[in-house]
Amino acid sequence: MRRLSLTRYHRAAPLVLLFVLLAGITTAASFVQAQPANAEAAATVTDISEGSKLFAANCATCHGLSAQGQDGVAPSLVGVGAAAVDFQVGTGRMPMQASGPQAPAKPVQFNEEQTHQLAAYVASLGAGPSVPDADAVDPSQGDASHGMQLFRTNCAMCHGSVGGGGALSQGKYAPSLMETTPTHIYEAMLVGPQSMPVFNNANITPDDKRDIIAFLDEQRNGAPGGLSLGSIGPVAEGLWAWLLGMGLIVGFTVWIGMRSS
Amino acid sequence: MSTDNGSISSETHDSGVVNGEFVDPGVPAEHRPRRADVDPKAARKAELQVAAMFGVSILGTVLAIYGYVTSDASADDLGAVQRTTMLMGVGIAFAMLGVGVGAIHWAKTLMRDHDMVEERHALRSSDEARAGAIEKLKDGAVDSGVGVGRRGLLKGSVLAGLLIAPLAVLVPAVGNLGGDWKVSNAKHTMWRKGTKLTTDPDGVRIKAADVTIGSVFHVIPEGLNELEHGKIEEKAKAVVLLIRLDPRDLNVQPGREDWSFDGIVAYSKICTHVGCPVALYEQQTHHLLCPCHQSTFDVANGAKVVFGPAKRPLPQLPIMVDDEGYIVAKDDFNEPIGPSFWERLK
Amino acid sequence: MTDTSTVPSNSRLNRAAGGTANYLDERTSIGAFTKFMARKIFPDHWSFMLGEIALYSFVVLLLSGVILTAFFVPSMDIVHYEGGLEQLKGQEMSKAFESTVHMSFEVPGGLLMRQIHHWAALIFTASIVTHMARIFFTGAFRKPRELNWLVGFTLMIMSLAAGFTGYSLPDDVLSGNGLRIIDGVIKSIPLIGTYISYGLFGGEFPGEVLIPRMFTAHILLIPGIILALVALHLFLVFLHKHTQYPGPGRTDKNVVGLPLFPVYTAKAGGFFFVVFGVIAALGAAFQINPVWNYGPYDPSPVSAGTQPDWYMLFIDGGLRIMPGMFEVVIGGYTLSLNVLIPAVVLPGLFFGFLAIYPWLEAWATGDRGEKHVLDRPRNAPVRTGLGVALITFYVVLVLEGSNDIVANLFRLSINDLTIMFRFAVFLLPIAAFWMTKRIAMGLQRKDRELVLHGHETGRIVRFESGEYIEVHEPLTDEERWVLVSYENLKPHEFGSETNDFGVRRKGARWRRFKSALSRFYFEDRIEPVTPAELAEAHEHHAAEIEAKKNAEPRDPSASHA
Repeated sequence: MRRLSLTRYHRAAPLVLLFVLLAGITTAASFVQAQPANAEAAATVTDISEGSKLFAANCATCHGLSAQGQDGVAPSLVGVGAAAVDFQVGTGRMPMQASGPQAPAKPVQFNEEQTHQLAAYVASLGAGPSVPDADAVDPSQGDASHGMQLFRTNCAMCHGSVGGGGALSQGKYAPSLMETTPTHIYEAMLVGPQSMPVFNNANITPDDKRDIIAFLDEQRNGAPGGLSLGSIGPVAEGLWAWLLGMGLIVGFTVWIGMRSS
Repeated sequence: MSTDNGSISSETHDSGVVNGEFVDPGVPAEHRPRRADVDPKAARKAELQVAAMFGVSILGTVLAIYGYVTSDASADDLGAVQRTTMLMGVGIAFAMLGVGVGAIHWAKTLMRDHDMVEERHALRSSDEARAGAIEKLKDGAVDSGVGVGRRGLLKGSVLAGLLIAPLAVLVPAVGNLGGDWKVSNAKHTMWRKGTKLTTDPDGVRIKAADVTIGSVFHVIPEGLNELEHGKIEEKAKAVVLLIRLDPRDLNVQPGREDWSFDGIVAYSKICTHVGCPVALYEQQTHHLLCPCHQSTFDVANGAKVVFGPAKRPLPQLPIMVDDEGYIVAKDDFNEPIGPSFWERLK
Repeated sequence: MTDTSTVPSNSRLNRAAGGTANYLDERTSIGAFTKFMARKIFPDHWSFMLGEIALYSFVVLLLSGVILTAFFVPSMDIVHYEGGLEQLKGQEMSKAFESTVHMSFEVPGGLLMRQIHHWAALIFTASIVTHMARIFFTGAFRKPRELNWLVGFTLMIMSLAAGFTGYSLPDDVLSGNGLRIIDGVIKSIPLIGTYISYGLFGGEFPGEVLIPRMFTAHILLIPGIILALVALHLFLVFLHKHTQYPGPGRTDKNVVGLPLFPVYTAKAGGFFFVVFGVIAALGAAFQINPVWNYGPYDPSPVSAGTQPDWYMLFIDGGLRIMPGMFEVVIGGYTLSLNVLIPAVVLPGLFFGFLAIYPWLEAWATGDRGEKHVLDRPRNAPVRTGLGVALITFYVVLVLEGSNDIVANLFRLSINDLTIMFRFAVFLLPIAAFWMTKRIAMGLQRKDRELVLHGHETGRIVRFESGEYIEVHEPLTDEERWVLVSYENLKPHEFGSETNDFGVRRKGARWRRFKSALSRFYFEDRIEPVTPAELAEAHEHHAAEIEAKKNAEPRDPSASHA
């Protein structure tokens, strides 16, 4: 007569649980959202007037009706240029849900045409950086090696060695660049959104910027060593060595020590 | 196993108790046989399973060698590198696991599995052995011509000689480790009055007008890239961050009014904690964050520490504009850059 | 048991084997050794294989390491990259870095070998820590094994050195920044710090001799020391014979288990292949240390997520958690306590405590007997609590060392995390000690209940009176023996402070310390069940059940016959 015991589970249960745990961990989502591509075309007068209407309806509450900004709420947009608007709106960062130092990318609220119109309107308020053309952001024309040298000096400390993202102070973060479009990468460098510094064309020239884009594009070819574990580095490697490596091996030791039936 | 429904009285027929103490029931005599112990068909099945695992191992070896021979891994085909790594690796894994699991399965199903007992002997040597040892040592002491408790000079000098002789080798060996031993090199960098600031890594000169508000330039001194020797060592001391703040936000430190201009300041990039590059610049907070241990420096207030394990602010490089509009250093740093060391202030 | 023929056959194989055995024995006395060794008994428990994981992963390290030395060039001479990897084309790098990239991409299986080597290093260090924890929690370090504990402890330190020198060899930005940090720590040492730094690097950081020097350390000096210590470690295990868990027939004077040949030859030998196989699977599927993404070492770049390998994380965490205010200037000389305390003093104290622990317990117990039967962790509540507290302390530091990864992953503030950990690193270990001790004692009480009342069977009996009881099944003799046979130590009496004449004895203060230590360990204890208590419990049960059987039904009209 078997006594009531704690071992009333099927003997394969630990294995099944281990699989479920592993499957759960490996499918834990990376939190990068897709960025839509942006086309640039010359701004027309209609664009500017349509843009001003969109602006008044969606942006003026924080940035002011003439985009002059409000202290402690939103900066002035005079002189930020079309590039800044194309980046912020095109990645869904703007309109922000609440003002603060971190503007996370979220589902894009405007389509390409509307984004173009908003950009045209803001650009009309004061001269600023414009949206780059296709050549300027074409990775195949860039030198990935020079790009890597520039990236690791200027960018990797915030965005990680291959652009996987990283922490800043007080809960801010530099996002992953794995899914960011070349245009948006260029614009962000040029404009210096939120916490990111400004990398104007005297600091990182347009060719330099394209080289950096070429380097980041190389990183999207996958990891030659296998699964990249999020490109996080030694912390992830150590975690998996313990969980998976020691887990499997100690599992084997338990099997070895068990009586055979 | 007996079933006790509580109906027995206070008499205990408990074989596990002797003289009011629990006793060790001894190694269990009965042994539950495994399937393979009693059923020849089960034993045969186990044998086949073991053989199958060794077979898997052989397949794994074949796979690994196949992966190696057909590899077209090269640096311009990362996919091929990944395929080779995966094929060879999985092949080796199966080759090894097959042997291992086979051997272990064999042990578990077919080899002896009931316990044996071996006696332990006290580690302490017997009294006779000890006495014998002491006798022999005494004999040896007599034979040494010294005896116990006499001839201190002899014993003392042997000891002294033995302890000091290694120094003959150790002193030159350790002495040669440090090259020229000029530890004071750490106190100076290659910045001099008039050295131009250039971009890292390309060495392009920087015009003051190019440094717009919110910018951070990573800077090396002009001439660094052309150094024949010691380039990395000099770079490790000379790297600088050039930042422009809105002049209204910048609190110029007293005595350093002419070390910066128009909100453009330059600080050493080497953290004063333990020496990582302090590279993260947060434009809106004017904070420099070091990614290694999160020391945070406030650029608007003399790069003093606002969080983290660093104690001292980043050393400031005094800068000015030359006649052509390029930014140049006015002097070297006024203190050693980087982590603290004992004789730092001397 | 399967039938094995015991009649020696005259086959060619057998004759060859016999001839070889004779040849060797006439020259080495190997016959006597075989007689001694072949049927040595080792107890069978999975937790005894943790040390083997370390041994076998070390063998994997040696094998893969030798292969790597065929391709690695330990030189800091500068070359320009001429291989095919786009992102490195034309860049200046050391030969060390270039040879690492070359073997990863141009040598078929080179990347696999590097990855197997690195994963094996992570498993090696992890298994050492796990094995050490098992030894600690079961009290396997007690006499006569204190010296072996020291040998193992030294092996643990050597494994850290091996790992650190190893991952610094490719001369990449990640490990180079790690070296810079170590240089900063060394420089903070008072008086001699700058000289030690200058001596190690052969000049200013990073110098040109560091990689070749670390290479010698990594492939010759450290493995040599490890091999010698492993040999000593295993010799002592064989000499002392392996410990065993408490059980029927297991005493301090015997070993109960299975013989070396053939059982452990197969199990342990097979386990080597299993460890190798798992490490190879990791190396096949998971990328590790992609140095081509970090780039050749340059003192200017640094990336987010700059951490050392996991086994050094607790030092990095210590460096991060320390507030900066503790640097002082004395007489013009700078004493960087903010660096010295977490990176030098703290590991020194932590490791020092671990190293002397067997003697701490020996002082507390005053016991001199050989111990070969292990403790179940619950039966040593203070030791178990101390162990959990140490692990908690270590884990808090490891988490702080990963704080930017944790912050980024969970969208937290690194500043808040650090401040929280500054409190947690003191409070959590204390809480963990107290909780663990109480849980262990609770488990001991549960064992007592088990002995006194037996197992719950789930069978319910209903009496005529309407009352229900659950039938308990008494333990078998074997089960009961495990639960009552533990050595329940009391605080040791170390003798009075004065002798018969009222004069204070020498060493009184030391004896007082040992008494206090003994009380700390053994004052709170749960006594094992005695036969008298068991008899009383049986009587009590019997009486109770008799009473219930004989009780009147509460409601005669409602009885269901």
